[in-house]
This record gives sequence, structure tokens and C-alpha cells, in this order.
Amino acid sequence: MLAQQIVNGITIGSIYALIALGLTMVYGVLKILHIAHAGVYAMGAYLGLWAYCMVPNLFVAMIVAMTLSGVAGTLIERLLYKSMLDKSRIVPLIASIGLFIAMEEAFRLIAGPYVRAFPAHFRQKPWIFGPVRISAPQMLVFGVTLALLALLWWVLTRTRMGKALRAVSMDREMAEALGVATDRIISLSFFISSALAGAAGVLVGIFYNSVYPTMGDIPAYKALAIIVLGGLGSIPGTIFGAFLVGISETFLIGFVNIPLPRDALAFIVMIAVLMFRPYGLFGKE
Amino acid sequence: MSAYAMTVSITIGIYVILAISLNIITGYAGQISLGHAAFFGIGAYASGMLATRLGAPFFACLPFAVVVTGAVGAILGIPCLRVKEDFLAITTMGINFVVQAIFLYIPFFGGALGIANIPAPSIHGAEMTKSAYLAMVLLFVLFAILVDGWLTRSWAGLALASIREDETAAEMSGVNITRFKVVAFVLGSAMAGLAGSLYAHFMSFISAADFGFTESIVILSMVVFGGIGTLRGPIIGAIILGLAPELFRPVLDYRTFVYGTMLVLLMRFQPQGLLGLDSFIVRNAKRIFTRRAA
Repeated sequence: MLAQQIVNGITIGSIYALIALGLTMVYGVLKILHIAHAGVYAMGAYLGLWAYCMVPNLFVAMIVAMTLSGVAGTLIERLLYKSMLDKSRIVPLIASIGLFIAMEEAFRLIAGPYVRAFPAHFRQKPWIFGPVRISAPQMLVFGVTLALLALLWWVLTRTRMGKALRAVSMDREMAEALGVATDRIISLSFFISSALAGAAGVLVGIFYNSVYPTMGDIPAYKALAIIVLGGLGSIPGTIFGAFLVGISETFLIGFVNIPLPRDALAFIVMIAVLMFRPYGLFGKE
Repeated sequence: MSAYAMTVSITIGIYVILAISLNIITGYAGQISLGHAAFFGIGAYASGMLATRLGAPFFACLPFAVVVTGAVGAILGIPCLRVKEDFLAITTMGINFVVQAIFLYIPFFGGALGIANIPAPSIHGAEMTKSAYLAMVLLFVLFAILVDGWLTRSWAGLALASIREDETAAEMSGVNITRFKVVAFVLGSAMAGLAGSLYAHFMSFISAADFGFTESIVILSMVVFGGIGTLRGPIIGAIILGLAPELFRPVLDYRTFVYGTMLVLLMRFQPQGLLGLDSFIVRNAKRIFTRRAA
């Protein structure tokens, strides 16, 4: 029972990690709270569903969703955020919220207000490891998350591009002075983070077998709580925060009967942590 | 004036008070709050519960709501002092979710059923008419404007502006940052509580759903839309965005889409808001007036 709860918590945590990682990367390079990231995530789910209906192959659907979400993210950066960097912080924040509202409405107007099922077929029998049962969609979530995290880690630590990205995230002006093409790196970071969000959208669509216009609502807020919890802009902090929230949610719902809804929990944890570490768990002053 | 026009005007009046109150926290003191609806809700619940549970008259409920919300603003302002900028924005958003969850899940606050049958205010036993209520709301709008005017002309207003512009420099010059931030939080929250009380007795039914994060965003958009950091901005923003749902009624299905797009376009091309400092309209108006004077 305990082990099963941990596995379920890790499943939820990996989905949160994929969404929150992109958010934290964007914050790292631009210092913007990119609320519309959750819109990109929902868009990824719709794109994945659309691609899967055309070509019933999950791998193809995933690639299509990730690429197009990545392009959308880059466009958002180029057309919207780029001109707002020297403005007060509230300007990109409101623009981002407005964009998120408009995106959700666009999904509703285009695809209709219904919940759509994701017609992916899996083997019905779960894998059983001792006391733990892992269903096929759960396995998919683990596999894809692990592969994407490993890929991200490789890009960030082992390539020139990743090095430049980390440099921009530490100090944009200094990186630019040293000859890093910051514009390209910023667009790249938006592409990567939006592609991750798109992948998360497809995974959630499959895992809960539902895709709907407002599916980005709860992730939008929760991913913000997670990246703040981890220390804005910190990648290890974000991964830790995602699994902490994922596991504590399943635990508290599974064992303790708290009178508050599960979605408020992430914020209670976050506020409690911020009181002792005002820059998050892994954040620096 | 038709009943419909009066209902719309009362709602807009309440939004004007909310926008002015948020502008004190976010516009003058520069502390981004994404959870202002929480205080609106606390005021509405305090007023509504005192009226329905203890049968208190409206003119006792309203000050009670203002005091309770101001006090909660002070208490919640303390954790907000620990965190800065984006951390603060997300903390206030978290407070909004937690407050809403408390209203929704704790039976003492009526749970999912909310608070119903909140009586309309009465004078000498006669229930206040809608037009009287509108007049009262407008009086409170005037009161909020006066408080705002007093604040911007006072030493506290200067201190808040200095915190907004450069917190470290303000501290170096001897401004007591903690004190003035709390002043801004308490004043802004108490005023939101006033709006909450007016809302509760007007609607006669309130539930947690009315005071969520979306509502906070609506209030913040009004402030930013009109021009943050000015007095005219939040008033105009609240009037325009408060009217927008009525004006867009013919295109009902596209209403929210248009709203979102409008925010994006305004921030992209006119980030100071419609009537903010150095906005397109204000700049040209100034040019016309100075030319005439010369």
C-alpha cells in the first residue's frame, strides 16, 4: 500500500516536473512568470490528440505535439515577451495571463467545450512488482519523463548550447558581453520548455484519458507553486519540488483525511516553506 | 434609470472601489498582489455572516467587515513581508487559493452552499431601494477616492512610492519599509473588505466561487488596463472592463476570448495602460493643452 502510494505519487510528480521545468527555465533566462505556459501544455494535448487521430502512433503524436508546441512557445517569446523585458514586471505578467485566457477560449471555440477521450490502446494487465502494480499508461509516463529529463540534462551539461543557456540564465548581460547570442539562446530555451510542456500535455491526456479546454488551469497554478517552492529558476529545486508535491498530495489524500482540497495543498506547503526560506528550497538570494 | 442599468452601475461602483484598493498595494507600494479577491471575499463573508447569523443591521456589518478584513490583511501581510517580487506574487496567489478553499470546505463558512439570504440594508425599517443603494455605493466610491487622494498627498504616500521605486535606497534613507508595507496592505485590504460588504448585501447570496483567483485577475487587469499607479487609471479601467461584459453581449461566445486578447494587445502596445503616466492618450492630451496655454 505504502509502496503503491509512492509509485502513484511519482507518476503525478513526473508530470508536474515536465511542466514546471519549462516554467523554471523560462524564468531563469527572462525572469518572467510565464502563466501562458499552461496554455501551451493544453495545446500540446490537443495537438497530440489530433496527430494521433491522423496517424495512430504514439511516438509520432508525441513528436508532432512537442515540435509544434515548441514553435508556439518561441513565437510567444518573439512576438510578445521580447518587447517587454525593460518594462515593469507586471506588464509581461498581465500579458501572459491575458494570453492564457485567450488560448483556453480559443481551444473551446475550435475544439468545443467537451472532454475528449484519448483513443490510445494499451495492454489491460498491469505489471506487478511485488506489492506494486504499474499500469501501462503509468509506465509510459515514467518512461517518457525519464527519457526527456535525461535528454535535458545532457543538453544542459554536455553541449555548448546548454552551457550558453546556463550562462544566460546566470547573468544575461554578462553572457551577451562575452559573445553569447542571447536572443537565439532565449528562443531556444522557450522552444525546449514549450516542447516539454507539450509532451506533458500528451501524457496527461493519455493518463487520464481526457483532453479539454481548461485542462491547463490547475497545472498553471500548481507549477507556479512548485517552481517557487524549488527556488525560482533552479532546475534541481524544481524537480525536487515537483516530486515533493506529487508524493505529499497522494499521501495526504491516501492516508490522512484533511478537510482541504488537494489542489490547495501545494500552496500551503509553498507558503510554509517560504516563511523559513524566502527564496525557496534551492534558491539563492 | 432602468433596474438593469442600476444593477450594472452598482457592480461597476464596487469594482471601482476594489481597483482603487488594489492600486494602493500594487500601484503605489509596488507589491504585486495576485490574491486581492481573497480580501474582497473575507469582507463579504464577515458582513454576510454577521447579518445572517446574529441578525446585525447593515450599518454594523459594514464597519465590522472593514475592521476584520483590515486585521486579516495585517496578519497575512506579515508573511508577505518575508518574500519579494515574484515570490510575493505567487504567495498572494497561494493565499487566494487557501482562503477560497477554507470558505468552500469548512462547514462554519457554509461550505459549498455559501451564505444565503443576506438581508438588504434598511433604514427605519424600510428596505433600501436599488436607487438608494446605488447612491450609497457612489458615496463609498467618493470616500475611496478621498482616502486615495489623502494617501498620495501624505508622507505615507511618498514613502510607499520610494519603496516601489527602490526598496534598498528607501531603507537607506530611513524609510521604515516594514511599517509602510503593512500600512499599504491594511489600507488596501480594508477597502476591499468594504467592497465585499457592499457586494454581499447587494447580491444577498455569496459563495466561495465568487472570490477565486480569476476574480483577482479581473481586478488586477482593471488597474493595469486603466493605468497603474494613478488614481484615474483604476477608475477608468474598472468602468471599461466592468462594462465590457455588457457591451460584448452580442458576441457572447467570444466575450472571454476578446477580453484575453485585449489584455495581450494592450500590454504589447500600451503597457502603461490607457491613462497611465506617459500613455498615448495622456501624452497627446498634454500636448494639446500645453499648446493652447502657449
